[in-house]
Amino acid sequence: MTIVTGVTCPVCGTFCDDIELVVENNVIVDVKNACAMGAAKFLNYATHRNLKPLIRKNGELIETSLNEAVGKAAKILADANYPILYGWSCTSCEAIRVGLELAEEVGGVIDNTSTVCHGPSILSVQDVGIVSCTLGQIRHRADLIFYWASNPWSAHPRHIERYTMFTEGRFQKSTWKGYISRLGGVLSRKRLRRAANLVLRRDIPATPKIERHLPYTMFQKKRKMVVVDTRKTRTAEAADYFLQIEPNKDYELLQVFRMLIQNEELNVDKVAGVPIELLEEVADVMLDCKLGVFFFGLGLTMSEGKHRNIDTAISLTRDLNQRTKFLIMPMRGHYNVTGVNVVFTWQTGYPYAVDFSRGYPRYNPGETSVIDILSRGESDAGLSIASDPVAHFPREAVQNLVKNPLIAIDPEVTPTTLMADVVIPSSFMGIETEGTAYRMDHVPLPLKKVVEPPKTCLSDVEILQRILSQVRKLRRTSN
Amino acid sequence: MDLAINNGKIVEKINENKAKVIDASGMIVMPGGVDIHCHIAGTDVNTGRLLRPEDHFRDVEAKTAVTRSGVGYSIPSTFTTGYRYSRMGYTTLMNPSMPPLEARHTHEELEDTPMVDKATYPLLGDWWFVLEHLRDGLIEECAAHVAWIMAATRGYAIKIVNPGGLEAWGFGSNVKSLDDTVPHFNITPREIIRGLCKVNKLLNLPHTIHVHTNNLGKPGNYVTAIETMKCVEDLAEENRPNIHITHCQFSAFKGSDWQTMSSGAEEIAKYVNHHNHVTLDMGQVIFTNTTTMTADGPFQYGLYQLSGNKWVNHDVETETSGGIVPFTYRRKSAVNATQWSIGLELALLIKNPWKIYLTTDHPNGGPFTSYPTIITWLMSQAARKKTINKIHKRARRNSLLTSIEREFSFYEIAIVTRAGQAKTLGLTQKGQLGVGADADVAIYNVNHKLVDPSKKYKKVRRAFKKAAYTIKGGEVVVKDGEIVKTVSGKTFWVDVKTSLPLEVNDDLKRKFREYWTVEYENYPLRKGFLHNPAPISIKAEV
Repeated sequence: MTIVTGVTCPVCGTFCDDIELVVENNVIVDVKNACAMGAAKFLNYATHRNLKPLIRKNGELIETSLNEAVGKAAKILADANYPILYGWSCTSCEAIRVGLELAEEVGGVIDNTSTVCHGPSILSVQDVGIVSCTLGQIRHRADLIFYWASNPWSAHPRHIERYTMFTEGRFQKSTWKGYISRLGGVLSRKRLRRAANLVLRRDIPATPKIERHLPYTMFQKKRKMVVVDTRKTRTAEAADYFLQIEPNKDYELLQVFRMLIQNEELNVDKVAGVPIELLEEVADVMLDCKLGVFFFGLGLTMSEGKHRNIDTAISLTRDLNQRTKFLIMPMRGHYNVTGVNVVFTWQTGYPYAVDFSRGYPRYNPGETSVIDILSRGESDAGLSIASDPVAHFPREAVQNLVKNPLIAIDPEVTPTTLMADVVIPSSFMGIETEGTAYRMDHVPLPLKKVVEPPKTCLSDVEILQRILSQVRKLRRTSN
Repeated sequence: MDLAINNGKIVEKINENKAKVIDASGMIVMPGGVDIHCHIAGTDVNTGRLLRPEDHFRDVEAKTAVTRSGVGYSIPSTFTTGYRYSRMGYTTLMNPSMPPLEARHTHEELEDTPMVDKATYPLLGDWWFVLEHLRDGLIEECAAHVAWIMAATRGYAIKIVNPGGLEAWGFGSNVKSLDDTVPHFNITPREIIRGLCKVNKLLNLPHTIHVHTNNLGKPGNYVTAIETMKCVEDLAEENRPNIHITHCQFSAFKGSDWQTMSSGAEEIAKYVNHHNHVTLDMGQVIFTNTTTMTADGPFQYGLYQLSGNKWVNHDVETETSGGIVPFTYRRKSAVNATQWSIGLELALLIKNPWKIYLTTDHPNGGPFTSYPTIITWLMSQAARKKTINKIHKRARRNSLLTSIEREFSFYEIAIVTRAGQAKTLGLTQKGQLGVGADADVAIYNVNHKLVDPSKKYKKVRRAFKKAAYTIKGGEVVVKDGEIVKTVSGKTFWVDVKTSLPLEVNDDLKRKFREYWTVEYENYPLRKGFLHNPAPISIKAEV
């Protein structure tokens, strides 16, 4: 039995690096420090996976040798005029570097999952810039934390504990004790009400109305958390302020905040369904903080307005810097989706949707992004790696994706691998293979190899290198 | 004269019958160029690339049989950076700002920068360990930590950016002078610079401390620059430099506001001419659109307010900050034109070329591809005059350039673009063509006997733009300005042996957990992370 410490968790963008694993006979038997998502991955990753390369013959996927699968994949890519290479967010930067070389060699389009998540955020950064930091800066200094249209309690479970409210920094105390006592208060109030209902034989009342008054903790000198969302999430329950807004009204609300912090008076009662008095209070809180931060999620990037929402959020942050210090950061999803943007950018100058068909990198999201290419039916082959486009793309795009030859490189069995023509199983990055990945704040951390991969599964890097050298061979002979 | 190369080194003699012969008669042969300060890799550079698709659209390089594709202009992609430097005859690059926490990123990009040897300087002027140890007067402990970080991040020299100011920027403020206290740390910028200068000496590092001064980019800051040089004057020994003031042009503004801003180059040159403990690099400004990026977060915020352009800020916990703002230097702006003048005045007024080096602080003053133009400005009064005639009237009237007759010789150009830089960096194998030196050679197709650079400056510029040959490690990599072979260079880093290396105990690990959001074991680069490392072993005095 061995204990491995300081393992990074290859699940979400929080990319915790303090995981302890107990390994027995090449099997992970216990996980410490991880959240439910992380623990589930470390303990169960091997239960539903492909072990052998598959190739589609007469409409059915049958087992084959690695060499044949690689050869077939290389042939598909070398023969294609306009192939798309998609995915990349759940693999290491080393693999992405080879992937870019492959895309350049075959003159295809390479795109990553930010095209369907924080792509609009990137467009906004290109419009107005971004005022950001690493997460430790928040831990040490932030006394006002906004979660806007994101729900870390469920999606990035250790974000609050490691980087924001419940962590102790040099200049800021943790607020977990206050949270626990408040939670206790809420629970006992609920219990009392239930008991009273029983005694007085009242019917169970309808869901309680949303409370919009100021919580008492606002007047303490400590970290404060504000949650802006369309529904009351677990994160919202832990907040000092919760602004429940009407769907698709984020842009309006952000613009109102931009006005309020300039001391402009607004002649309306409500904005986005929230009383203006409350918004004025929150604007004051923003101006009074020492260091504030907006974390925003897909609720902002993928609702109405898209990158215009982020433009405004970043502009609000910039405006606030005239009065205090304010920062903003997107809550990135996959553990290496930040890394994939980083690697794309240093090799090609562009973070996603890169088209090599003219021999040099071209970037025009909307034209060179995969969903648009697929919807127009322009590609003639596809490679999916470390992602599952068949499950997540619009139906029309998927139809065009599976109509043409499709290669899937993935350790797991997914709808994409089931629909693919060539399936090459890889080893699990960060569990069976080492590499580098970037946390949501651009801090690069090592992915570790904890157990040996099955003999039939190569790493993404090796698989891509083999395909690349095969493609080069094929192109040399055809010339 | 013949130059013999064998096994990547310059040698005394070689069997001429077997050797490949390059006929360089009528050409100028120089050691490969060395750039002491160019932002080519890391978080800031890459965020700059991401920020500016408009910078790339019009400047692309397609894939060829030997090269990878890429884009320019002011912040080229990594491969293109390597190719473009190599085409100009450069073979060694120093990337000056690496937040230690993000060292992996910088090195990954440097690995993807082909054709050149490289190294990078970790930012240590606002590192909490440094601030705390210097505050408590623990110079030797501080030295042990610096030695550790050099190995952990594979760094080469101590970089100090706006000492104290970046820590203050964590809460949105800045320091205003060398004697301003850094909030929460009870230490002054003066103590930081002096402390790290002493640490540098204790560790015997090959380069001096590499300083970006306080108050950079503010009118009247030449006083701060001179104060900064003065503050380590008494620590110098026997004429050896102990401080490098980088991109000095940005720290040489006179005047009390932007209306009265003028050149402080004369005062700085006067000081440098009388003192031997300082080296500088120019940070020359080019009239073009470029992307400014420094670790100096408050300065970048100021530039954003001044220009209204898009702004990126990136604070790094416990260590440093960073900022990016695209910017256009205009001939018809009095301030920009004065800046242009200051850079050249510094180079021309400082008598000893071994003390000042040619840089644009790429890409802050302009992209490195403009070096040949700067060379012609230094070599030819006529070339300078042509530009002076086009700049803002007030800047022209105040510029000292019209009264300076000095013109650099090719020999002096060789000093300010390679020999001097290699010397101050302590890279003994570079910047020279003596026996035993690395076979990094640049050959430029211009005959110094026939061409008068002061008149035929266009010819000189063309020659420096496209080297006739670039030889890297004994291999011809560029011929007639085109890449003929791709090579990957080495990464230098200093492996300092102290008698008492930093003890890694539970206490230190706990401190790491408190200071950073990463575990101790995930902070340093693992062995084997660099594919082509070139550690320089050094014995420290502690």
